[in-house]
Amino acid sequence: MFGMNRKDTILFVVVCVMVLLAPIFLNPFPTESAFSQFNAGYPALMQRFVIFGILVIGFNILFGLTGYLSFGHAAFLGVGSFAAVWMFKLLSYNIVPAIVLSVVVSGLFAVVIGYVSLRRSGIYFSILTLAFAQMMYSIAYSDLVGKILGFPITNGETGLQVYNDDPQFLLGNGPTTPHLFGWEMNGSVTWDIGGWSFVFHNGYYLAGLFMILSFYIAIRIFRSPFGLILRSIKSNQQRLNYMGVSTRPYMLTAFVISGMYAGLAGGLLASMDPLTGAERMFWTASGEIVIMSILGGVGTLIGPILGAGVIKYMENIISTINDTVVHGWFGFMPDGLEDFVVAIVHPFIGKGWHLTLGLVFMAVVIFLPGGLVELGQRIGAKFSRKKTTDVASSTKTPAE
Amino acid sequence: MGILEIKGVNKRFGGLQALGDVNLSIAENTVHAIIGPNGAGKSTLLNVLVGKLIPDSGSVMFDGQSILGRQPYEINQMGISRVFQTPEIFADLTVFENVMIPCFAKRDGAFRLHALGSVGHETDIHETAEAILEDVDMLEKRHMIASSLSRGDKRRLEMAMCLVQKPRLLLLDEPTAGMARADTNNTIDLLKEIKAKRDITMAIIEHDMHVVFSLAERITVLAQGTPLVEDTPENIKGHPKVREAYLGEAQV
Repeated sequence: MFGMNRKDTILFVVVCVMVLLAPIFLNPFPTESAFSQFNAGYPALMQRFVIFGILVIGFNILFGLTGYLSFGHAAFLGVGSFAAVWMFKLLSYNIVPAIVLSVVVSGLFAVVIGYVSLRRSGIYFSILTLAFAQMMYSIAYSDLVGKILGFPITNGETGLQVYNDDPQFLLGNGPTTPHLFGWEMNGSVTWDIGGWSFVFHNGYYLAGLFMILSFYIAIRIFRSPFGLILRSIKSNQQRLNYMGVSTRPYMLTAFVISGMYAGLAGGLLASMDPLTGAERMFWTASGEIVIMSILGGVGTLIGPILGAGVIKYMENIISTINDTVVHGWFGFMPDGLEDFVVAIVHPFIGKGWHLTLGLVFMAVVIFLPGGLVELGQRIGAKFSRKKTTDVASSTKTPAE
Repeated sequence: MGILEIKGVNKRFGGLQALGDVNLSIAENTVHAIIGPNGAGKSTLLNVLVGKLIPDSGSVMFDGQSILGRQPYEINQMGISRVFQTPEIFADLTVFENVMIPCFAKRDGAFRLHALGSVGHETDIHETAEAILEDVDMLEKRHMIASSLSRGDKRRLEMAMCLVQKPRLLLLDEPTAGMARADTNNTIDLLKEIKAKRDITMAIIEHDMHVVFSLAERITVLAQGTPLVEDTPENIKGHPKVREAYLGEAQV
């Protein structure tokens, strides 16, 4: 279907259904229950799932296929956000020009950075991309360009946002929050069913549709002749050169595509909340993208999306668990024991969520080098083996 | 006039004259061996031919066009393929993918943004790739990951990857280096078979005299960066200068 083979179509449909129904199944616990804080089905978090999903889908086209590890990808995210906020400031809150410009501008930055960085491979490539990203972060943080031009471009530490006296030439009587031709991003419909409360948020669905589109394009690239050449670059670049393939333009194209994905993610972040700052480009943000990819499964289609989801979930859910909550869980224990257990759990929750993430990451890298996708494959293999033995023992006819 | 004309090529690395005034002509549709003791400049010459090194002076013409200063991929697109000393293949791709890549390179040129096509729908590429695998007797291994092949099969696969591009000149860099005698003989048979089936010029750089005398129609002996003699295998065997420079130690 749509130029995809059967397996990819199934995967694609599953992702579509997950995106569409996420507000329901990410809210499994009733609002009043003790577990409701594990619910992830609120708009701000779901938006992050799909937007960072787009970011890592694009990153995976570069890192997963070609093996070139960019350690400065957050720079494109930041550039996309700044471009989008500038469109809000200059034109209006319509997100169409904002998203178009964020993709175009980050693509242009990717052409320049890629052209220089791709002269080297391996660790030197990573360091070059890191250096570029940090330079861009510093320029944005100190608003160097703005100082030269005499008016703020990135607005330094304060960050860029829309003010009432901004030109907004096309605003007219239009909405004063980001919207798609009048359909406001922060609008939502809430369903209260029993103890549950499901929020269907416009901004989430817009970002979700973009993720579905991004995912579809990524599938097509993975299965295309272009994707095959990218995979062979990872495998043996020298052989490819002696086979009549000029690897540099292939690499640059992959780099620019993945930069544009990051720019789209940045534009969407700004469309959900029309302000941005330089910290979006900091190197830890780039590192997070790498960790998401590896956690989920580099080079697989679905892996990076899972990785992004797990990390954003931990960042937003585990970090909100505090000692009081844990006391509530272990309240049935005798006092001394309860305090002891809480003291043990304490470093892993709240601000300590990074520690939990670190342990999970180490466990995955050591025991599941293929990431969460490998976990899924192993479980799947176990089940299918059971199934075939069941079939063999219960009936005499072979399965198939 | 040969398909490959090397004239007055010099290459110096610091104080070492790696190639000194090399003149060599390889005739179309022949198997031409370049032999010589260690340090004779065989590898340097090969690197000049594939575009890895640029000589200090001289000219290298392939089919009337200069190849000097061109990138390896451009030289390949002109019709020169190279087989490496240890088989260079795409180890983590399947055998079939390994063969499809050179098909794409041949059809689409050095770069083509073919990002929304589907490898599965490229029927002409599939047919070409299947035909060449059939040719080297590897069709039933098409779904294997290339790294799991035996060394002999890796060599066959690399050969297929080069041949599928229908090169006019195939450069072979010590194709049997480090092989046991049985494998060497298999490789010789494979090369003979390849030569018998199509019009192709081969230049073999080789250490092993058994291989050279089994395959070559012309032999050039290099010594200290300069061609010593060029002749047919029969005449080379008995040539006093060659014996002195090379064969004396090799005990043929």
